[in-house]
Amino acid sequence: MNTTPTGTARSAPERNAVETAEPAEVLRAEGVTVAFGRGARRKTVLHGVDLSLRQGHTVGLVGESGSGKSTLAKVIVGLVRPVSGHVALDGEDVTGPRGRAATLALRRRVQLVPQDPYASLNPRMTVGEAIAEAIDPRRGGLARHRAAVEARLAQVALDPEAADRYPAQFSGGQRQRIAIARALAVEPEVVIADEVTSALDSSVQAEVLNLLTGLRRSLSLTMLFISHDLAVVRHVSDEVAVLRHGRLVEHGPCAEVFGAPREPYTKVLLASVPGRGGSA
Amino acid sequence: MTATRVRKRARPNAMLVTGLVGLTALFVLAVVAPWIWGDRADELGPSVHLGSSGEHWLGTDALGRDLFARTLVATRLTLELAALATAIASIAGTVLGTLIWVSGPRVRAVGLRVVDVMISYPAVILALTIAAILDPGPKACVIAIGVAGCPSFARLTANLAASVAGRDFVATARLLGVPSLRLMRRHILPNIAEPLLVLVSVSFAHSLMALSGLSFLGLGVQLPDYDWGQLLSTGLQSLYTNPAEAVGPAVAIVLAGLSAGFVGDGLAARAASTSGNSAAVKPGSRKASASAPVATGTDHSVPDDAVLVVSDLRVRRPDGTALVDGVTFHIGAAEIVGVVGESGSGKSLTAMAAARLLPGGLRAEAHALELRNPGAEPLALAAPGRDGAAVRRRLATEIGIVYQDPSASFNPALRLGGQLTETLRVHLGVSRREARERAVEQLEFVRIVDPEARLRAYPHELSGGMRQRAMIASALLTRPRLIIADEPTTALDVTVQAEVLALLRAANRRDGTAMLFISHDIGVVTDLCDRVLVMYAGRLVEELTAAELRDGHARHPYTKALLAATPRLEPDGEADGKLDAETGDGLLAAIPGRPPQPDERPAGCAFADRCAAVLPVCRDTPPPVRVLAPGRTVACHLPETGAPVPVQAGPKAGRHDAAVEAVG
Repeated sequence: MNTTPTGTARSAPERNAVETAEPAEVLRAEGVTVAFGRGARRKTVLHGVDLSLRQGHTVGLVGESGSGKSTLAKVIVGLVRPVSGHVALDGEDVTGPRGRAATLALRRRVQLVPQDPYASLNPRMTVGEAIAEAIDPRRGGLARHRAAVEARLAQVALDPEAADRYPAQFSGGQRQRIAIARALAVEPEVVIADEVTSALDSSVQAEVLNLLTGLRRSLSLTMLFISHDLAVVRHVSDEVAVLRHGRLVEHGPCAEVFGAPREPYTKVLLASVPGRGGSA
Repeated sequence: MTATRVRKRARPNAMLVTGLVGLTALFVLAVVAPWIWGDRADELGPSVHLGSSGEHWLGTDALGRDLFARTLVATRLTLELAALATAIASIAGTVLGTLIWVSGPRVRAVGLRVVDVMISYPAVILALTIAAILDPGPKACVIAIGVAGCPSFARLTANLAASVAGRDFVATARLLGVPSLRLMRRHILPNIAEPLLVLVSVSFAHSLMALSGLSFLGLGVQLPDYDWGQLLSTGLQSLYTNPAEAVGPAVAIVLAGLSAGFVGDGLAARAASTSGNSAAVKPGSRKASASAPVATGTDHSVPDDAVLVVSDLRVRRPDGTALVDGVTFHIGAAEIVGVVGESGSGKSLTAMAAARLLPGGLRAEAHALELRNPGAEPLALAAPGRDGAAVRRRLATEIGIVYQDPSASFNPALRLGGQLTETLRVHLGVSRREARERAVEQLEFVRIVDPEARLRAYPHELSGGMRQRAMIASALLTRPRLIIADEPTTALDVTVQAEVLALLRAANRRDGTAMLFISHDIGVVTDLCDRVLVMYAGRLVEELTAAELRDGHARHPYTKALLAATPRLEPDGEADGKLDAETGDGLLAAIPGRPPQPDERPAGCAFADRCAAVLPVCRDTPPPVRVLAPGRTVACHLPETGAPVPVQAGPKAGRHDAAVEAVG
């Protein structure tokens, strides 16, 4: 019930033509169950979710509000501890109790790009300082890391001068690029993009999606892309996982899930997408 | 005009300026007074307890010293002590608050309670106790007042830190592994500096008063040193014989206290205004608002049965900047017209102007902005001034409105029943019972289960989708001629959105209700609407049928770019290859740049800077509005956009033979 097999078929052969063998599994969630509250008010938001993320692949996680998408992301970055089940990063269990230093080390291996680029950048800090802090959270400063900061900005197609400016001077799309640059500055093994385009206008959304497409190729980014917008997920993902009421109902390569959905719920979701011409 | 706006933005805050002038004067006085008047203040004179005179403005004291000079000289010591006490309070308090905040949830809970108890204990009494334990003298007083002021700084710091800590950038920094103290210094303190600064100036005024009070009681500054409190204390002894003696220090204390208080209030007011208006108006050129008389008088074939007629609508800010700049369209009977555009394009303002619900400060002007009704006079919607009861009733019953956020559009404190039936009962005089029956009928129509029970429910007891359906039921209750829906599905999940769209369509079929449907989502608009208006930077750039939009027959470069920038579910897209969402390399066609701000719109086409096919003429001449067919217009200089519309079997594209070119 929980999953359909992830399948061994390569999901997007045209995009990964260079690869020869099955890419290594970077992240594996097994039977992750999360519940909040206690007693009569206890509510289970994730029911034994299994998910795996392979090197250089992007898995799109779709589901409606309340389906547990963001909770799963929080479990993976270590902000929420599951009741049962575990998450392994490169085969190492990361959900068990651990020391402070180990937690910090883990957090830097998985980076989250938050939804709202207007809230995720400190308004009193220049863009360069923000990225320098990601490079070295203890002693990072723009003067010390100038070259690295400018390299990161170039990666997201921003001028070096951007380093000295404040977030308020950038548009929503540019801010989201800065947030992505900050996440990449840590050189994480996994990037989790949580609804990164839903606060943006469509012309700006394209700019961010293109950036992610480019980075997936050039850096062979491993990414969990969370979104409620199926068309956007279709555009950036190799595989797609459908979450409903805390259960993973379908998971497979994009072409399969979107082309021939197996689960009734996935069919309903796809039929609900506006602008396909059929429903008018 | 520009000058007034600049002044408004940097408008000096009168209170702040008064306070700063006062404090600066006191500071200068504190520095120079002992040098200028120092000797005179200590000079013993022959005449003691003298009243106010030309030579001694405030008289002399028991030893014949000039009191005016002594008051001026005392400024330095008084301010020094007050500043020192404030420094102790603010630095120690902020550090304490920081420590409480960074030291984990348990310590934080206990620490905050302790601080609360300390605050509830009066500062002056705490100071008295401390001063009594230590030897009386200025040192003890300063420490006492400083310590007494600590808790308020600690609490403010901890509370503000907690509010900033909930923001995304702090969470991100934590995930990056930024240590707590560095987090505090770099992310939290700079963002809470303003309220702390306000507290510093208020605290300075308090310290001044408290120190003067302690000196007055003899616990503070001891002779031969003297501050204002000490002068006041000696002056009071001879209050009946020489009242002037007490006046000098008393006035000085009041003035200094007031100045510091003014600075505090002024800073607070400024902080409130800057944080509330972060997108400050940029002083820039605004060539656009006066120009672009584009669509005036192009009365492109308004049918007789039109429900809403809008001609050359402009919505202006108080400074005259046009946010909506010359929009002309109409909605026919039973027609659903969609408006798409990005944020800031003016689509919502257009709708709100039509509903006569513009936010305060904005005003609408138009050649025509009227709701037509075959059985009555057209209802003018742009006319300013007060409305009579009849007009209000027509507004309430002929226009139904569905807002974006269903959780904010119902009053959470009232049951749904009362809110749904209010318009019927107030404006149409329907009895309570009948109103209830009609409400039940509409709730059944929007497929809400057990409508009787729902009428007794409070809004929070319904899910978001159900609330939006109830909102639609409420809009339908009066059988309005027109429903204005402003992004009604944006806050909803995709499956719920599909249900809501189906409901709106059903209502349109059942009652023949015309609709103005605002959305940023081209897909939603093409699904629901008959005709679509595309807005960009306050102007209408294209008007076309939904079928044409869906089939990729858009003409305006902006509409085309918007289509190309939107990812599609089917990567194969339409047969029409060049309008496909995905170009060969898997990238979307992003639109470079961003829309101009309302006060920076160019004289020509607002899209010129981002347009791939821009011509020289685009930059300085407003684009002509070409009417290609009824309900098919495009505002563009490019010659190919004016080509005749090809024959097609669309339901609404019947008469395409006369491709009129009307240049405004």
